[in-house]
Amino acid sequence: MYGGGYIPEEEKRKQQHMEEDPAKLAEFEARIDNGEKIEPHDWMPAEYRKQLIRMIEQHAHSEIIGSLPEGTWITRAPSFKRKMALIAKVQDEIGHGQLLYNAAETLGKSREQMMQDLLTGKSKYSNVFNYPAKTWADVAVIGFLIDAAAIVNQVANSKGSYGPYSRALERICYEESFHLKQGHDAFVALATGTESQRAMLQDAVNRWYRPIIHFFGPSDKDSVHTGKLMRWKVKMMTNDAMRNQFLSSYVPKVWELGLSFPDPKLHKDDNGEWHFSDPNWDEFYQVIKGNGPCNAERLAVRSWVETQHKWIREALFNPNAKYTLPLS
Amino acid sequence: MDSLDPRIARLHDIRAGEVPTVGAHDYGETYEVFHQAKRGKHHAHVGTVHAPDPELALVYAKEQYGRRQQTVNMWVVRTADIFAFPYDDSDMFDSTPQKIHREAAGYKTRDKIEAYKKKQAQ
Ligand SMILES: [Fe+2]
Ligand SMILES: [Fe+2]
Repeated sequence: MYGGGYIPEEEKRKQQHMEEDPAKLAEFEARIDNGEKIEPHDWMPAEYRKQLIRMIEQHAHSEIIGSLPEGTWITRAPSFKRKMALIAKVQDEIGHGQLLYNAAETLGKSREQMMQDLLTGKSKYSNVFNYPAKTWADVAVIGFLIDAAAIVNQVANSKGSYGPYSRALERICYEESFHLKQGHDAFVALATGTESQRAMLQDAVNRWYRPIIHFFGPSDKDSVHTGKLMRWKVKMMTNDAMRNQFLSSYVPKVWELGLSFPDPKLHKDDNGEWHFSDPNWDEFYQVIKGNGPCNAERLAVRSWVETQHKWIREALFNPNAKYTLPLS
Repeated sequence: MDSLDPRIARLHDIRAGEVPTVGAHDYGETYEVFHQAKRGKHHAHVGTVHAPDPELALVYAKEQYGRRQQTVNMWVVRTADIFAFPYDDSDMFDSTPQKIHREAAGYKTRDKIEAYKKKQAQ
């Protein structure tokens, strides 16, 4: 997983006017039009750098935090095969976080600073990981539908203009295909299982429907900001376009199993465009701001891990430090 | 243990609101990772890892870049020890493709040989 299309702005965004050298800007934009990648030491507009740091950092945090709800199910996976798959997937997600922190670091923000900003709540991450994974069916829904949604976003962004980010995403997408397959497999197993397994799955689908609609963020097709990000190939598709692509590919795969979504208005029109009920964007903004059902728990767990592991890092960095017996 | 659910089992240990300070160099410096898929092939750059020393950098490199597909060997080297040209200087390579005198294709003799043979036959 897991970069949602939505890149939350900083609270009260400073409207600094960033004046750029027009000649350099023209050269930069010509390079992007040519399909060339931008590399870390190339000249780039300050705004390009800033938006990329924020986007890649949020993506990295989403991978790390995103592994928490699934991680808690490793001890309770229903079979050895599922447990092996889940361990492998969770390890991949942590690995994705590492790859993405590396990509963001090339732009000048240290990994330590990113971690600090995550723990204090200054940096954001995807909305979907602030909901609980109550049953095993939630793990199936996450592995299938949340990973699928993330893949739409990541495949698009892998064609973006920043070299380190697109290289990281190519590798990530390769691993995501396994996540999607194992998630679909777990999903189908429940959907074609006993009545109570189907009921458990339907319940999970019902609870995840709205967070999934939220995942790509509110419509941004008329945003000037998005226009510039797309001009620079920081963002490759609008939130609506990504959501539409996701719904086109995956709603039918849920419907074919005789399951439903809790939205009578969900349908595709003759132009291939999907429609759905008002998903209450207020809830989405609340979750992003830190007021979702699990935000506090997720950050508390991450802080706890950071604290618990501090002595290990200290030992590794000072391997020759010796305990000295007092002389008297 | 209270429960197999880690969310419950670790409840005693976790106190919400306690935010540790992450030190400026807590995660160590970066190492560039080179991956060799097969004996006889080149090692290729695949990315970086953070580590406190080269030995652990190799361990992390194995976990991060060697957990799928074939690997026979890996190298790590401190990022700080890599020397590179700036991209701004890449124009110094611009004329390289035109240096046809360095290519086998730059030498065409068949026409001369044919002309010589024709002359000899007369
Ligand atoms: Fe991922
Ligand atoms: Fe994933």
